[in-house]
Amino acid sequence: MAEFKLPANSIVMTGKTVKAPAGATNIRKFIVYRYDPDTGENPHTDTYEVDMDNCGPMVLDGLLKIKDEMDSTVALRRSCREGICGSCSMNIDGRNTLACTKAIDDIEGDVKIYPLPHQPVIKDLVSDLTNFYAQYASVKPWMSTDAAVPPDRERLQSKEDREKLDGLYECILCACCSTSCPSYWWNSDRYLGPAALLNSYRWIADSRDENTGERLDELEDTFKLYRCHTIMSCTDSCPKGLNPAKSIAEIKRLMVKRKS
Amino acid sequence: MSWDDPRPMSPHLQVYKLPITAKLSILHRGTGGALFLGLILMIAVLASAASGPESWASMHSFLSGFFGQLIIFGFTFALYYHACNGVRHLFWDIGKGLDLENARKSGVAVLIASVVLTLLTWLIAALV
Repeated sequence: MAEFKLPANSIVMTGKTVKAPAGATNIRKFIVYRYDPDTGENPHTDTYEVDMDNCGPMVLDGLLKIKDEMDSTVALRRSCREGICGSCSMNIDGRNTLACTKAIDDIEGDVKIYPLPHQPVIKDLVSDLTNFYAQYASVKPWMSTDAAVPPDRERLQSKEDREKLDGLYECILCACCSTSCPSYWWNSDRYLGPAALLNSYRWIADSRDENTGERLDELEDTFKLYRCHTIMSCTDSCPKGLNPAKSIAEIKRLMVKRKS
Repeated sequence: MSWDDPRPMSPHLQVYKLPITAKLSILHRGTGGALFLGLILMIAVLASAASGPESWASMHSFLSGFFGQLIIFGFTFALYYHACNGVRHLFWDIGKGLDLENARKSGVAVLIASVVLTLLTWLIAALV
Protein backbone atom coordinates (compact mmCIF):
# COMPACT_ATOMS: atom_id res chain seq x y z
CA MET A 1 0.00 0.00 0.00
CA ALA A 2 1.29 3.37 -0.94
CA GLU A 3 2.59 5.45 1.97
CA PHE A 4 2.16 9.12 1.07
CA LYS A 5 3.75 10.61 4.17
CA LEU A 6 7.41 10.58 5.15
CA PRO A 7 8.44 8.28 8.03
CA ALA A 8 8.96 10.09 11.37
CA ASN A 9 12.77 9.98 11.07
CA SER A 10 12.60 11.59 7.61
CA ILE A 11 10.60 14.74 8.32
CA VAL A 12 12.65 17.69 7.08
CA MET A 13 13.44 20.42 9.65
CA THR A 14 14.76 23.93 9.04
CA GLY A 15 18.47 24.50 9.63
CA LYS A 16 20.92 27.37 9.49
CA THR A 17 21.40 30.23 7.05
CA VAL A 18 24.87 31.07 5.75
CA LYS A 19 25.04 34.70 4.63
CA ALA A 20 26.78 35.88 1.48
CA PRO A 21 30.09 37.74 1.96
CA ALA A 22 29.72 41.45 2.71
CA GLY A 23 29.40 43.59 -0.39
CA ALA A 24 27.66 40.93 -2.51
CA THR A 25 24.75 42.51 -4.36
CA ASN A 26 23.50 39.78 -6.69
CA ILE A 27 22.37 37.06 -4.28
CA ARG A 28 20.44 33.84 -4.88
CA LYS A 29 19.30 31.64 -2.01
CA PHE A 30 20.17 27.95 -2.30
CA ILE A 31 18.06 25.80 0.01
CA VAL A 32 19.86 22.49 0.37
CA TYR A 33 18.69 19.23 1.99
CA ARG A 34 21.10 18.09 4.70
CA TYR A 35 21.35 14.83 6.59
CA ASP A 36 24.27 13.85 8.77
CA PRO A 37 24.47 10.09 9.48
CA ASP A 38 26.87 10.72 12.38
CA THR A 39 24.31 12.59 14.47
CA GLY A 40 21.33 10.51 13.29
CA GLU A 41 19.11 13.58 13.72
CA ASN A 42 16.27 14.26 11.32
CA PRO A 43 17.27 15.84 8.00
CA HIS A 44 16.97 19.60 7.62
CA THR A 45 17.43 22.28 4.98
CA ASP A 46 20.27 24.80 5.16
CA THR A 47 20.05 28.09 3.29
CA TYR A 48 23.10 29.47 1.52
CA GLU A 49 23.17 32.98 0.10
CA VAL A 50 25.28 32.63 -3.02
CA ASP A 51 26.98 35.63 -4.64
CA MET A 52 25.91 35.19 -8.26
CA ASP A 53 28.38 37.78 -9.58
CA ASN A 54 31.07 35.31 -8.67
CA CYS A 55 29.50 31.97 -9.62
CA GLY A 56 29.22 29.76 -12.70
CA PRO A 57 25.86 29.40 -14.52
CA MET A 58 24.81 25.88 -13.52
CA VAL A 59 23.30 24.57 -10.30
CA LEU A 60 26.39 22.37 -9.88
CA ASP A 61 28.58 25.48 -10.03
CA GLY A 62 26.51 26.94 -7.20
CA LEU A 63 26.75 23.76 -5.12
CA LEU A 64 30.52 23.51 -5.60
CA LYS A 65 30.89 27.17 -4.69
CA ILE A 66 28.95 26.48 -1.49
CA LYS A 67 31.14 23.46 -0.76
CA ASP A 68 34.39 25.31 -1.54
CA GLU A 69 33.69 28.66 0.09
CA MET A 70 30.78 28.42 2.52
CA ASP A 71 30.34 24.94 3.98
CA SER A 72 32.75 22.11 3.18
CA THR A 73 30.50 19.55 4.89
CA VAL A 74 27.94 19.52 2.04
CA ALA A 75 28.07 16.09 0.39
CA LEU A 76 27.12 15.46 -3.25
CA ARG A 77 28.13 13.21 -6.12
CA ARG A 78 29.56 14.81 -9.24
CA SER A 79 32.14 13.99 -11.85
CA CYS A 80 32.02 15.04 -15.49
CA ARG A 81 30.15 18.38 -15.15
CA GLU A 82 28.83 17.98 -18.70
CA GLY A 83 25.80 15.67 -18.48
CA ILE A 84 27.38 12.38 -19.47
CA CYS A 85 28.34 10.64 -16.22
CA GLY A 86 24.97 10.87 -14.48
CA SER A 87 26.46 11.40 -11.02
CA CYS A 88 24.96 14.75 -10.03
CA SER A 89 21.33 13.72 -10.47
CA MET A 90 19.14 15.31 -7.81
CA ASN A 91 15.80 17.00 -7.26
CA ILE A 92 16.17 20.66 -8.26
CA ASP A 93 13.24 23.08 -8.18
CA GLY A 94 10.85 20.15 -7.75
CA ARG A 95 12.03 18.09 -10.73
CA ASN A 96 14.73 15.46 -11.06
CA THR A 97 17.62 16.48 -13.29
CA LEU A 98 21.40 16.80 -13.49
CA ALA A 99 22.83 19.70 -11.48
CA CYS A 100 25.53 20.21 -14.12
CA THR A 101 23.14 20.84 -17.02
CA LYS A 102 20.46 22.78 -15.11
CA ALA A 103 20.96 26.54 -15.42
CA ILE A 104 20.39 28.57 -12.26
CA ASP A 105 18.72 31.27 -14.39
CA ASP A 106 16.03 28.78 -15.45
CA ILE A 107 14.81 28.55 -11.86
CA GLU A 108 12.35 31.07 -10.44
CA GLY A 109 12.75 32.07 -6.80
CA ASP A 110 14.97 30.16 -4.39
CA VAL A 111 17.00 27.24 -5.69
CA LYS A 112 15.63 24.24 -3.76
CA ILE A 113 17.79 21.14 -3.89
CA TYR A 114 16.87 17.71 -2.53
CA PRO A 115 18.29 14.24 -3.11
CA LEU A 116 16.56 11.95 -5.63
CA PRO A 117 13.07 11.29 -4.18
CA HIS A 118 11.95 8.33 -2.07
CA GLN A 119 15.43 6.82 -1.63
CA PRO A 120 17.44 6.05 1.50
CA VAL A 121 19.73 9.00 2.16
CA ILE A 122 23.40 8.26 2.90
CA LYS A 123 24.39 11.88 3.48
CA ASP A 124 22.94 15.19 2.26
CA LEU A 125 22.35 14.88 -1.52
CA VAL A 126 23.84 11.40 -1.76
CA SER A 127 21.17 8.71 -1.89
CA ASP A 128 21.62 4.94 -1.84
CA LEU A 129 20.97 3.57 -5.34
CA THR A 130 21.81 -0.07 -4.55
CA ASN A 131 18.30 -1.24 -5.41
CA PHE A 132 18.30 0.80 -8.62
CA TYR A 133 21.56 -0.79 -9.80
CA ALA A 134 20.38 -4.28 -8.81
CA GLN A 135 17.27 -3.76 -10.92
CA TYR A 136 19.45 -2.68 -13.85
CA ALA A 137 21.56 -5.82 -13.46
CA SER A 138 18.41 -7.97 -13.29
CA VAL A 139 17.48 -7.14 -16.92
CA LYS A 140 20.83 -8.64 -18.06
CA PRO A 141 22.06 -5.54 -19.87
CA TRP A 142 24.38 -7.27 -22.28
CA MET A 143 24.08 -8.98 -25.65
CA SER A 144 22.84 -12.51 -25.24
CA THR A 145 23.25 -14.93 -28.16
CA ASP A 146 23.10 -18.62 -28.92
CA ALA A 147 24.85 -18.49 -32.28
CA ALA A 148 28.64 -18.65 -32.27
CA VAL A 149 30.58 -15.44 -32.86
CA PRO A 150 31.57 -15.12 -36.53
CA PRO A 151 35.29 -15.97 -36.61
CA ASP A 152 36.33 -13.30 -39.07
CA ARG A 153 34.24 -10.23 -38.24
CA GLU A 154 31.88 -8.43 -35.87
CA ARG A 155 28.19 -9.21 -35.55
CA LEU A 156 26.83 -7.03 -38.30
CA GLN A 157 23.72 -4.90 -38.14
CA SER A 158 21.91 -2.96 -40.86
CA LYS A 159 21.73 0.81 -40.64
CA GLU A 160 17.97 0.56 -40.06
CA ASP A 161 18.39 -1.92 -37.21
CA ARG A 162 21.06 0.25 -35.67
CA GLU A 163 18.70 3.23 -35.78
CA LYS A 164 16.23 1.33 -33.60
CA LEU A 165 18.69 1.76 -30.72
CA ASP A 166 18.72 5.56 -30.94
CA GLY A 167 17.04 7.04 -27.91
CA LEU A 168 17.88 3.90 -25.92
CA TYR A 169 21.64 3.49 -25.78
CA GLU A 170 22.14 7.08 -24.56
CA CYS A 171 20.83 6.30 -21.07
CA ILE A 172 23.44 7.28 -18.45
CA LEU A 173 21.70 5.57 -15.50
CA CYS A 174 21.36 8.78 -13.49
CA ALA A 175 18.10 7.45 -11.96
CA CYS A 176 16.24 10.73 -12.55
CA CYS A 177 13.40 8.88 -14.30
CA SER A 178 12.88 5.99 -11.89
CA THR A 179 12.95 8.22 -8.82
CA SER A 180 10.50 10.66 -10.43
CA CYS A 181 7.90 7.91 -10.91
CA PRO A 182 5.13 7.76 -8.26
CA SER A 183 4.54 4.13 -9.17
CA TYR A 184 8.22 3.44 -8.46
CA TRP A 185 7.96 5.32 -5.16
CA TRP A 186 5.19 3.03 -3.95
CA ASN A 187 6.50 -0.23 -5.46
CA SER A 188 10.26 0.00 -6.01
CA ASP A 189 10.69 -3.33 -4.23
CA ARG A 190 8.86 -5.10 -7.07
CA TYR A 191 8.43 -2.66 -9.98
CA LEU A 192 11.62 -2.40 -12.06
CA GLY A 193 11.11 1.28 -12.90
CA PRO A 194 11.59 3.20 -16.16
CA ALA A 195 15.42 3.11 -16.31
CA ALA A 196 15.75 -0.67 -15.99
CA LEU A 197 12.86 -1.21 -18.42
CA LEU A 198 14.28 1.20 -21.00
CA ASN A 199 17.57 -0.68 -20.77
CA SER A 200 15.81 -4.00 -21.08
CA TYR A 201 14.11 -2.70 -24.23
CA ARG A 202 17.50 -1.52 -25.52
CA TRP A 203 18.48 -5.23 -25.81
CA ILE A 204 15.03 -6.44 -26.86
CA ALA A 205 15.17 -3.97 -29.77
CA ASP A 206 18.72 -4.99 -30.74
CA SER A 207 18.65 -7.13 -33.91
CA ARG A 208 21.82 -8.94 -32.77
CA ASP A 209 20.35 -10.10 -29.44
CA GLU A 210 18.85 -13.59 -29.69
CA ASN A 211 17.06 -13.89 -26.37
CA THR A 212 14.08 -11.60 -26.81
CA GLY A 213 11.70 -14.38 -25.73
CA GLU A 214 13.51 -14.99 -22.44
CA ARG A 215 13.73 -11.26 -21.78
CA LEU A 216 9.98 -10.89 -22.27
CA ASP A 217 9.32 -13.96 -20.09
CA GLU A 218 11.29 -12.30 -17.30
CA LEU A 219 9.22 -9.11 -17.55
CA GLU A 220 5.81 -10.82 -17.82
CA ASP A 221 4.84 -9.88 -14.28
CA THR A 222 2.12 -7.78 -12.65
CA PHE A 223 4.71 -5.71 -10.84
CA LYS A 224 8.02 -5.78 -12.76
CA LEU A 225 6.50 -4.27 -15.91
CA TYR A 226 2.83 -3.54 -15.42
CA ARG A 227 3.11 -1.08 -12.54
CA CYS A 228 3.77 1.47 -15.30
CA HIS A 229 0.56 3.48 -15.71
CA THR A 230 1.93 5.90 -18.31
CA ILE A 231 2.25 8.71 -15.79
CA MET A 232 5.11 10.02 -17.95
CA SER A 233 7.00 11.70 -15.14
CA CYS A 234 9.99 9.61 -16.31
CA THR A 235 10.02 11.12 -19.80
CA ASP A 236 9.37 14.56 -18.32
CA SER A 237 12.42 14.36 -16.06
CA CYS A 238 14.99 12.62 -18.31
CA PRO A 239 17.95 15.02 -18.61
CA LYS A 240 19.02 13.26 -21.83
CA GLY A 241 15.63 13.76 -23.48
CA LEU A 242 14.95 10.02 -23.73
CA ASN A 243 11.46 8.49 -23.54
CA PRO A 244 11.31 5.56 -21.09
CA ALA A 245 7.48 5.64 -21.16
CA LYS A 246 7.58 4.82 -24.87
CA SER A 247 10.05 1.97 -24.34
CA ILE A 248 7.79 0.47 -21.68
CA ALA A 249 4.77 0.81 -24.00
CA GLU A 250 6.74 -0.99 -26.72
CA ILE A 251 7.54 -3.86 -24.33
CA LYS A 252 3.84 -4.11 -23.42
CA ARG A 253 2.95 -4.22 -27.14
CA LEU A 254 5.44 -7.03 -27.75
CA MET A 255 3.83 -8.96 -24.89
CA VAL A 256 0.48 -8.75 -26.69
CA LYS A 257 1.94 -9.38 -30.14
CA ARG A 258 3.62 -12.63 -29.23
CA LYS A 259 0.35 -14.01 -27.90
CA SER A 260 -1.64 -13.36 -31.06
CA MET B 1 6.25 -0.70 0.62
CA SER B 2 7.24 -0.44 4.26
CA TRP B 3 10.25 1.61 5.27
CA ASP B 4 12.47 -0.46 7.56
CA ASP B 5 15.63 1.51 6.77
CA PRO B 6 17.15 3.42 9.72
CA ARG B 7 18.23 6.11 7.27
CA PRO B 8 15.77 8.83 6.26
CA MET B 9 13.64 8.54 3.13
CA SER B 10 14.23 11.50 0.82
CA PRO B 11 11.14 13.69 0.26
CA HIS B 12 8.93 12.73 -2.69
CA LEU B 13 5.35 14.04 -2.97
CA GLN B 14 6.36 16.75 -0.49
CA VAL B 15 8.77 18.38 -2.93
CA TYR B 16 8.05 16.99 -6.42
CA LYS B 17 6.38 19.27 -8.95
CA LEU B 18 4.40 16.62 -10.80
CA PRO B 19 3.97 17.28 -14.54
CA ILE B 20 0.44 17.64 -15.94
CA THR B 21 0.55 14.08 -17.31
CA ALA B 22 1.08 12.80 -13.76
CA LYS B 23 -1.71 14.95 -12.32
CA LEU B 24 -4.12 13.69 -14.97
CA SER B 25 -3.03 10.13 -14.20
CA ILE B 26 -3.99 10.70 -10.56
CA LEU B 27 -7.32 12.12 -11.76
CA HIS B 28 -7.85 8.98 -13.86
CA ARG B 29 -7.31 6.81 -10.77
CA GLY B 30 -9.55 9.11 -8.72
CA THR B 31 -12.40 9.12 -11.25
CA GLY B 32 -12.09 5.33 -11.53
CA GLY B 33 -12.67 5.08 -7.78
CA ALA B 34 -15.54 7.59 -7.99
CA LEU B 35 -17.21 5.52 -10.72
CA PHE B 36 -17.05 2.45 -8.49
CA LEU B 37 -18.72 4.32 -5.63
CA GLY B 38 -21.18 5.88 -8.09
CA LEU B 39 -22.21 2.44 -9.31
CA ILE B 40 -23.05 1.46 -5.73
CA LEU B 41 -25.29 4.56 -5.64
CA MET B 42 -26.90 3.48 -8.92
CA ILE B 43 -27.68 0.09 -7.38
CA ALA B 44 -29.17 1.87 -4.37
CA VAL B 45 -31.32 3.95 -6.74
CA LEU B 46 -32.57 0.81 -8.50
CA ALA B 47 -33.17 -0.96 -5.20
CA SER B 48 -35.16 1.98 -3.85
CA ALA B 49 -37.28 2.07 -7.00
CA ALA B 50 -37.91 -1.66 -6.73
CA SER B 51 -38.87 -1.39 -3.06
CA GLY B 52 -41.94 0.71 -3.70
CA PRO B 53 -43.16 4.31 -4.01
CA GLU B 54 -42.19 5.40 -0.50
CA SER B 55 -38.52 4.43 -0.69
CA TRP B 56 -38.33 5.83 -4.21
CA ALA B 57 -39.81 9.13 -3.02
CA SER B 58 -37.14 9.51 -0.33
CA MET B 59 -34.34 8.58 -2.77
CA HIS B 60 -35.79 11.02 -5.31
CA SER B 61 -35.86 13.85 -2.82
CA PHE B 62 -32.25 13.11 -1.84
CA LEU B 63 -31.07 13.09 -5.45
CA SER B 64 -33.00 16.29 -6.22
CA GLY B 65 -31.39 18.11 -3.33
CA PHE B 66 -28.16 20.08 -3.52
CA PHE B 67 -25.89 17.23 -2.36
CA GLY B 68 -27.63 14.70 -4.59
CA GLN B 69 -27.23 16.94 -7.61
CA LEU B 70 -23.58 17.59 -6.71
CA ILE B 71 -22.91 13.86 -6.51
CA ILE B 72 -24.56 13.17 -9.87
CA PHE B 73 -22.70 16.10 -11.46
CA GLY B 74 -19.42 14.71 -10.12
CA PHE B 75 -20.39 11.25 -11.37
CA THR B 76 -21.11 12.65 -14.84
CA PHE B 77 -17.70 14.31 -14.97
CA ALA B 78 -15.97 11.19 -13.64
CA LEU B 79 -17.68 9.08 -16.29
CA TYR B 80 -16.71 11.37 -19.18
CA TYR B 81 -13.17 11.95 -17.95
CA HIS B 82 -12.50 8.27 -17.33
CA ALA B 83 -13.96 7.32 -20.72
CA CYS B 84 -12.11 10.02 -22.69
CA ASN B 85 -8.85 9.31 -20.90
CA GLY B 86 -9.45 5.61 -21.51
CA VAL B 87 -9.43 6.36 -25.23
CA ARG B 88 -6.13 8.22 -24.67
CA HIS B 89 -4.77 5.10 -23.02
CA LEU B 90 -5.93 3.01 -26.00
CA PHE B 91 -3.87 5.20 -28.33
CA TRP B 92 -0.87 4.77 -26.04
CA ASP B 93 -1.45 1.01 -26.08
CA ILE B 94 -0.95 0.98 -29.85
CA GLY B 95 2.16 3.11 -29.41
CA LYS B 96 0.72 6.44 -30.56
CA GLY B 97 1.08 9.86 -28.89
CA LEU B 98 3.69 8.81 -26.35
CA ASP B 99 6.03 11.74 -26.88
CA LEU B 100 5.91 14.38 -24.17
CA GLU B 101 4.37 17.13 -26.28
CA ASN B 102 1.52 14.98 -27.61
CA ALA B 103 0.91 13.42 -24.19
CA ARG B 104 0.51 16.93 -22.75
CA LYS B 105 -1.74 18.07 -25.59
CA SER B 106 -3.95 14.98 -25.48
CA GLY B 107 -4.23 15.39 -21.71
CA VAL B 108 -5.48 18.96 -22.03
CA ALA B 109 -7.82 17.87 -24.84
CA VAL B 110 -9.29 15.10 -22.67
CA LEU B 111 -9.80 17.53 -19.79
CA ILE B 112 -11.56 20.07 -22.01
CA ALA B 113 -13.64 17.37 -23.73
CA SER B 114 -14.84 15.90 -20.44
CA VAL B 115 -15.79 19.32 -19.03
CA VAL B 116 -17.66 20.25 -22.25
CA LEU B 117 -19.45 16.87 -22.40
CA THR B 118 -20.43 17.16 -18.73
CA LEU B 119 -21.87 20.65 -19.18
CA LEU B 120 -23.58 19.65 -22.43
CA THR B 121 -25.20 16.64 -20.75
CA TRP B 122 -26.52 18.80 -17.91
CA LEU B 123 -27.71 21.46 -20.34
CA ILE B 124 -29.66 18.88 -22.35
CA ALA B 125 -31.02 17.35 -19.12
CA ALA B 126 -32.17 20.79 -17.97
CA LEU B 127 -33.92 21.52 -21.30
CA VAL B 128 -35.87 18.25 -21.64
